[in-house]
Amino acid sequence: MTMAVVEIESLAKSYRVYQKAEGLAASVAGLFHRKYRTVEAVRGIDLTVEAGEFVAFLGPNGAGKTTTLKLLSGVINPTSGTARVLGHVPWRRENAYRRRFALVMGQKNQLWWDLPAAESFRLHQQIYRIDPAEFDRTRDELTGMLAIRNLLSQPVRELSLGERMKMELTAALLHKPDVLFLDEPTIGLDVVAQYKIQDFLKHYQRERGITTLLTSHYMKDVAALCRRVVIITHGRIMFDGSLAQIVDRFGGHKVITLLFADGHIPGDLGVYGEVISEEPPRAKVRVDRGDVTATLGRILQQHPVVDVNVEDPPLEEMIAEVFSQVDESAGKDGELVVGRGG
Amino acid sequence: MPARTAVWWTILRISLEERLVYRGDFALGTLMRFLPILTQVFLWWAVFTAASTGQSIDQTRIVGYSYHDFIAYYLLTMVSRAFSSMPGLASGIARDIRDGTVKKYLIQPIDMLSFLLLNRMAHKVVYYTVATLPFAFVFYLCGDFFPNGWPEPQVMAAYVASLLMAFLLGFFLEATIGMIGFWFLEVSSLLFVYMLFNFFFSGHMFPIDMLPGFWGEVVRIIPLQYLAYFPAAVFLGKVEGPELIQGLWIQFAWVVLFMFTSRAAFHLGVRRYSGFGG
Repeated sequence: MTMAVVEIESLAKSYRVYQKAEGLAASVAGLFHRKYRTVEAVRGIDLTVEAGEFVAFLGPNGAGKTTTLKLLSGVINPTSGTARVLGHVPWRRENAYRRRFALVMGQKNQLWWDLPAAESFRLHQQIYRIDPAEFDRTRDELTGMLAIRNLLSQPVRELSLGERMKMELTAALLHKPDVLFLDEPTIGLDVVAQYKIQDFLKHYQRERGITTLLTSHYMKDVAALCRRVVIITHGRIMFDGSLAQIVDRFGGHKVITLLFADGHIPGDLGVYGEVISEEPPRAKVRVDRGDVTATLGRILQQHPVVDVNVEDPPLEEMIAEVFSQVDESAGKDGELVVGRGG
Repeated sequence: MPARTAVWWTILRISLEERLVYRGDFALGTLMRFLPILTQVFLWWAVFTAASTGQSIDQTRIVGYSYHDFIAYYLLTMVSRAFSSMPGLASGIARDIRDGTVKKYLIQPIDMLSFLLLNRMAHKVVYYTVATLPFAFVFYLCGDFFPNGWPEPQVMAAYVASLLMAFLLGFFLEATIGMIGFWFLEVSSLLFVYMLFNFFFSGHMFPIDMLPGFWGEVVRIIPLQYLAYFPAAVFLGKVEGPELIQGLWIQFAWVVLFMFTSRAAFHLGVRRYSGFGG
């Protein structure tokens, strides 16, 4: 039986932001009369996440993803609505709740800058009241998986960004949280470090069954980790479903890559579909999903093709498509919410 | 409770280690703080020479204070300030609020004020370790300015109590000012004004019992005197008997008041907090 770990109902958060026009005169005027604008960062979100799910929040910058994570981790109080995580109201900030979740932010450092990470870990052991033997075991396991054991006694400021992120993850997982919030954990990392962190998260999540909510701009993170994707734009949930559903719904076409035997790309390729790139002996053609087999058959009949590859367009492209469709429909107040799929 | 003690001890220990990372800079900074003593000694010497009009400088009095009294008083306020001054506390809290570091204290099962207090205690311990020898040396050199020597044991006990409370009062006062960062993102000007008032009204610049009339009343009412003047006055025997006991109680009351104020400001601030800085 599954159990709801995160339950959100009509959750909303608005900020009052000070508005200042450009220039000195406006600055002076601002001293006497301030203009504020209300920014509705999150406008009524309903969401349920079951135990053990790995959910990705996608959305353009400023869509409300991070605000949602901040609400769920109790950093800010909502304007209205309710949320419960593991049965706790996050913004009450009860220690009983705080010992059961972790928040990792790619752009924030929670470790002591001038000291080795081992010291910060020790402090975590104390404040999360982790049994010393248990602590040693977990620390060794995590640092082993992330291959950072030999860096434990090096001051954090001397670590690379990737190494530091691995330390941050270790610190966040020492108390074996039941819920993990990840806010852009791979931001700014090189491809290798990104991959290693993805790989670690995948294994760790699968093994421990920890409920995880992730925001990321890297589609590779999302594709590698999450079956369920929640797209948030303008503070609302616009799509909630599987990656496969996104592909079905928004990936209206496929990309066929052709390798020509004579190294010569035929001039009439345009009749089969939109030619995306021509790099002899290869060419890429965009074809409607439904026509793939028929079109491919015709091409193979007409031209000397030695290799073929049919794939979905890059996920980034599809997501951009979703975002833009949502933007268009936002004016009509239409929502693109798709029922949850498995 | 044992769990809590273990947490405190760990915070204290790690803070100590952190301090020791920059020991060179810290030691130099500490020693440099002794330079103003020389300038003060010469300043008051010049003032008293100008005021002496023919008589010996030792007989000259300014509002009841002799040259020796002044220097002794000044040295003792140095000691008071070593307890009550909190370099970077308020500005650090305001900065943490502005750049979002304060989130750490909201997410983790840890109390921000307790954490900062322990951190500050570690700073002070390191500071005293470095500064004790130079302090002892200065007091040795200036021994002549203390004709009465050490005070009675009870007075000494009261003095130590007033110093410890000066530490707590300084901490909670500055922490409260730092919490204003929840409302105004920048507190440096406010802090500057506070420092200025502190400099004059805590008795750091001159003994505040010299102030007559209205301003004399003001400094007696506000809590700043307990940061520098009061402990020095206790040591010098300027407050005695029931007046001393009363003074300690008032100092204690200020500590408790600001302890609650800083905590209340934190709670209200967090409710207002919108998570600046991403």
